Amino acid sequence: MSALLEIANVTKTFPGVVANENISITVAAGEIVALLGENGAGKSTLVKSVFGMVRPDSGEIRIKGEIITPGDTSGAIARGVGMVHQHFQLVPVMTVTENIILGSEPKRGIFINMKAARAEVLALSEKYGLEVDPDAFVEDLPVGTQQRIEILKALRKDVDLLILDEPTAVLTPQETDELLQVMRNLAASGVGVLFITHKLREVMAVADRVVVLRNGRVAGSTSPKETDEEGLAQLMVGRNVVLQVEKGDAKPAAATLVIRELHVNDDRKHLAVNGLNLEVRAGEIVGVAGVEGNGQRELVEAICGMRPRISGEILVAGEATPDMHPHKIHSMGVSHIPEDREKHGLVTTYSIEDNLVLNQFDRAPFAKGWIRNMAALEENATRLVKEFDIRTPSISTTAGALSGGNKQKVVVARELSQDTRVVVAAQPTRGVDVGSIEFIHNQLIAARDAGAAVLLVSAELDEILSLADRVAVMFGGKIVAILEAKEAERVLVGRLMAGLSA
Amino acid sequence: MTRFLSFKWILTFILIAITGYLYSKDGVITTSVVATAVIFGLPLALAAMVGIMCERTGIVNIGIEGTLLFSSFIGFFVASSTNNGVFGIISAITAGVVTGLFLAFMSISWKMDQIIAGTIINILATGLTSFLYTQGRMAPTTFPIDIPFFSSIPFFGQVLFMHGPLVYFGLVVIFSLYVALYHTSWGLRSRAVGEHPGSADTAGVSVFRLRYLNVALAGAVGGLAGAYLSLELVGSWDRGFTAGKGFTALALMIFGRWNPMGALAAAMFFGLTQAVTNQLMFSDVAHIPEQFVNMLPYVLTIVVLAISAGKVRPPAAEGLQYEKEKA
Amino acid sequence: MFLQGAQPMDAYGSLFSHGFGSWEGFAKTLGKATPLMLSGLAVTIGLRSGLFNIGVQGQLVSGALAAGWAGYAIQGLPIYIHLPIALLFGIFFGALVGWIAGALKAYRGIHEVITTIMINSIVLALVDYLAGHNFQEPGQTLARTSAVLPSATIPKIFGLPSGFFFAVLLAWAVWWVFQRTTSGFRLDTVGRNKNAAWYAGISVKRSVLIAMGVGGAIAGLGGAIETLGVIGRFEPTFNTGLGFDGITIALLGRANPLGVIPGAILIGGIRGASSSMQFDAGVAPEIVDLILALILFCVTAPFLSKWLRSTQVGAKVTSGWSN
Repeated sequence: MSALLEIANVTKTFPGVVANENISITVAAGEIVALLGENGAGKSTLVKSVFGMVRPDSGEIRIKGEIITPGDTSGAIARGVGMVHQHFQLVPVMTVTENIILGSEPKRGIFINMKAARAEVLALSEKYGLEVDPDAFVEDLPVGTQQRIEILKALRKDVDLLILDEPTAVLTPQETDELLQVMRNLAASGVGVLFITHKLREVMAVADRVVVLRNGRVAGSTSPKETDEEGLAQLMVGRNVVLQVEKGDAKPAAATLVIRELHVNDDRKHLAVNGLNLEVRAGEIVGVAGVEGNGQRELVEAICGMRPRISGEILVAGEATPDMHPHKIHSMGVSHIPEDREKHGLVTTYSIEDNLVLNQFDRAPFAKGWIRNMAALEENATRLVKEFDIRTPSISTTAGALSGGNKQKVVVARELSQDTRVVVAAQPTRGVDVGSIEFIHNQLIAARDAGAAVLLVSAELDEILSLADRVAVMFGGKIVAILEAKEAERVLVGRLMAGLSA
Repeated sequence: MTRFLSFKWILTFILIAITGYLYSKDGVITTSVVATAVIFGLPLALAAMVGIMCERTGIVNIGIEGTLLFSSFIGFFVASSTNNGVFGIISAITAGVVTGLFLAFMSISWKMDQIIAGTIINILATGLTSFLYTQGRMAPTTFPIDIPFFSSIPFFGQVLFMHGPLVYFGLVVIFSLYVALYHTSWGLRSRAVGEHPGSADTAGVSVFRLRYLNVALAGAVGGLAGAYLSLELVGSWDRGFTAGKGFTALALMIFGRWNPMGALAAAMFFGLTQAVTNQLMFSDVAHIPEQFVNMLPYVLTIVVLAISAGKVRPPAAEGLQYEKEKA
Repeated sequence: MFLQGAQPMDAYGSLFSHGFGSWEGFAKTLGKATPLMLSGLAVTIGLRSGLFNIGVQGQLVSGALAAGWAGYAIQGLPIYIHLPIALLFGIFFGALVGWIAGALKAYRGIHEVITTIMINSIVLALVDYLAGHNFQEPGQTLARTSAVLPSATIPKIFGLPSGFFFAVLLAWAVWWVFQRTTSGFRLDTVGRNKNAAWYAGISVKRSVLIAMGVGGAIAGLGGAIETLGVIGRFEPTFNTGLGFDGITIALLGRANPLGVIPGAILIGGIRGASSSMQFDAGVAPEIVDLILALILFCVTAPFLSKWLRSTQVGAKVTSGWSN
C-alpha cells in the first residue's frame, strides 16, 4: 500500500534560516503521526508546504502517489487535505457559516445560497459532534469554539489527510482530551492525521508514530510504545534535559505587588478580569496558570499600564500605580517582559544599543538634558550583550536581525538590568530556543533571589510548575486557587484551569 | 451603532421634510436642485466605489484622484479625436483599468507602500495630463435620455429618470456592486481577503489574484466616473479638472463605512450641498465668493471625518502586505 | 519630447546650461532649491515620525502669504527687526496649518493624508481670496499683494540667495536633532513602532503634533524665504507644486534630512531650467512634472532603489484611515 502522504527530501530556507533540511516523512491512511519539536524546529513550515502555503526549495510532496504542485493551496484541498491552523484563519467580523463555506460556497445562480450553507454547517456540526452556532459572529466566540470552527472548516470536504498545527495550545486539558478523541475517531474511519505539538503528554496519548524535528532536520522517529516522555524530550533537544529547573528555596518578604478587586475589559469590551485579587511578595515567583483567554493578557496589561482599568487598584510597594501610564509604572520599579516583544518590547529597525535603553533613553546617564550620551549608550550595550549572552555580530546590529531567543534576551537584559522591584513576565520563552529558555529562566530566578517580586504568566504549564514558588490558577478573570509549589500537581492544576473545583 | 443609525435616520427624515416643504413652495426649483444633486453626487459616489472595492480587499487607494484625472482626460481626448463619444467612454474605462493595474502592480507585486504608490499615480496623472493637454478641443458629449413613463412622474421623474446614459449606468454599477459584495462568492471572498487574507488563502482563494482583479475592476469604475465627468457632466477638460473629487471620495467611503449604499447616500448628500449652494448663488439669494464655494466640499469632508472617524472600523488587513510564506 | 518634434539634445543641453552652467544659472538653481529643500525637510520630518505630510503645499503657501503681508504691511522698522518678524509670520502660519492636521490626527484619529490634502485645497482657495481682496495691492486686478519692503527683503551673498545657506544649515540641524537628541529619538521611535514608543513613555499624540507643527513651520519658512528673497511679493500662482516636489525630494533622500540637500538642488535645477527649455527647444514646461513623477516612481520602485535603500521608508506610512 502506498502511503497517503509522502514527504521526500524537502528543503526550505528563509533568509538566514534553514527551516527544513532534507526532510522525509510518510503518513498512512488511518494513522496518527505526531510531529514533535521545539518552537522553531520547522514543524509549521513543513506542514505548510504540504498544504501549499509554502513553496519548498527542493524535494517532493506526494499525496496518494500524486506529486502536488508547490504553493497550490486549492490543489491540496482538492486532493483531500484539510488543515487546522495554529493561528486561526477565521474572519472575525463574519459569521460561523460564512467562515466555513469560504472558498467553496453553495450557490443558487450567481448568488450564495445561504440557506443551504447554514444547513450544511449544522449537518457538519452534528456529524462530528462539534457544536457551533452557524449565525454567531466569530469575534464574539471564545477561543475553544473558534477552534471547533477551524476543525469543521478542515473537515468540510471529505478529507483523507488532516493536518493539525498545535491545536491544543489554547485548550483546557479537558478540551484537549476531547480533541484527542476526535482525532482517534477520524483515524479509525481511515483518515490520516498529521499532528504538530510540542507537548509530550499528548504525543504519548494519541500518536501511532512520532517524528521529532530539531533545527529543521529529522532528529529521530519512534513510537510511544518504544519510548517515554524523557526519551522524547531528549530527542527534541539533542541532549539530556533537566525538565526541572534548579533553584534554591524562596525567601519571600513583604508583599510588593498587591492587586485588589481589579476589573479590566478585553478588546471587545467584555469583562476579562473580574474582581481579581493577588499578592506577590518580594523574593518569590508567582506563576499564573490558566488556559489562554481567561484574562491573563488583560491582567498583565493592566498591571503594566497598557490597558485601562475599570476599577480596583494595583499597588507597588504600597504605592498605587497610575492607570494607562506604562512609563510611570516602569519607573516605579516594574519591569515588564511583554508577550508580544516585536510589538511592544522592541523597535526592530533600531540597533541593539538603542533597544537596550528604549524606556530610559531620556534619563541619566543616557541623556544629559536634551542631548543623548552616545558613550554611555555604547558602554551599556557592550556590558549587557556580554552579561546576558546576546549573540550578535555587534551592538549596532538591528534587533530585527536577531533570532527569537536573542531578541528576547535583549528585552530581558533591558528589563532586568535596571533596579527592579516587580518583574512581570508574560510568555517569556514563547518562540525561544532551548538554550535561551534555560538562560531566561535562570535570570528570572536571579531576579527573585535579588529580592524582586516576580509574576510569571505562561501558557506552558510545565514552565509554571518548574519555576513558580506559588501557583495562582486563573479562570474566568479570577484567581480561583493559589497553591504552594509542592501541592501544585499537574492534574489538580488542570482541573482548576478548567473551572472545576479541586 | 444604534446612535449612529438614529442619527442617520433623523438626518434623512429632516432632509425629506425640508425637501417636501420646499417642493410645496416652489416645485420647479426644488426638483431641479435635487436632480442636480444626483448629477453632482454621482461621480463622487462612483469614485467612492473605487475606494470601497480596493479597500474591501485590503488595498488602500489614494490614487483615485489620479484615476479620475487620467481617465477623464483620455476619454475626452479620444472622443474629440475620433468624434465618437462611445469610443471616448471605452477608452476612459480602459485608462481607469490601466491606473488600477499600475496600483496593483506597485502595491501587490512590488509590495510598495500603498499610500506612496497612490501618490505616484496622482503625481504621474497630473504630470502626464498637463503635458499632453492642448487647449480648444471639442468632444461629442452624451445626451439625456428620458425613460418613458417613469420620467413623467412628478419630482421623481426629473430627479431619477431624465439623465444622461452614464448616470443610469453608474447607478446600476453601484447597486450591482452592493448586491455582489454581500451576496456572491466574489463578495464574500473579497471581504475575507480584506479582513484576514490568511483565511481566504487557506481556503484555496488566491489573495494575489483577487486583489489584482478587484483593483483593476475598481479602476474600470473609476474610468467610468472619469468619462462621466468629462463627457457627460462638464463636456470639456482642463488641467486639474477633477478638483479633489478622488480624495473627497475617500472620506465618503469612510463615512459610508465601506458600504456602497452608505457611500452613495453620503455622496448624494454632498451633491445636494453643492446643488443648494449653486442655486443660492444663481438666484442671488446669497453672494458667496467663488473661493468659498470651492472650499465647501473640503471643509465638509474634514467635518464629516471628524464626526465619523474613530467610530468606524476599516477592513482589518487594509494597507498590509500579505506575506504568504512566513517562517 | 519626440512627440513635440523638439531636439532632445537641445532640451537637455538647455537644461544643463541654464541650471548649472553659469553663475547666474547656478544662483537661480540655488534660489529654486531653497524652498524645495525646506519643503523636502518638512516631508522628511513627517516620514521619520510615521506621518505622510502631503500638506506641505498648504503650509508653505500660508507661510508665503503671511510673510508677504508682514513684508509690506508692517512699516517703519529696520531690516534686522522687520525681516525676522516677517520670517516669523511665515513660520507661525505654516506651523499653524500643519498643526491643525496634526491635531485632527491626534485627537480625532483622522488620517493625515486626507486632512492635509483637504487643508491644501482650503488654504489655496483662502489665500487666493485674500490676495484678491483684503490683501490685494491697491489698483491691481491680479490677485497679488504689494511688493515686500526693502527692510523685509532677504539680502543676497555674492549674488547667491542667502536663504539657501540657511536651508542647508537647517537640514543639518534637523539631522543632528534626529541623530543626537532625545526629542529626535522620540519622533524616530514613534515613526518606527508606535506601540513600543507608547510603552516606552513617549506620547504618540504629542509626537504627531510636534512633527506636523515643526514640519509646517519649516515649510512656512520655505514659503517666507521664497516670498521675501526671490519673488518679492505674494502671488498665489507662484508656489504651486513646491510641496509636491518636497515629497519627491524627501523620498529621493530616503527620509534622511541630509539627503534633501542634493535632491533639492537637482530638482531646483530642473525646475529653474524648465522655462528656458521651452524657449530653447520648444518643449512644454509641463514635461518637468512628468519627469519628476518618473523620478519619484523610480526612487520608490523596489528594483531600482534596492541599492539606495539604507532606510526602508516603505510600509511605515500606510495605516488604517482612523487611527
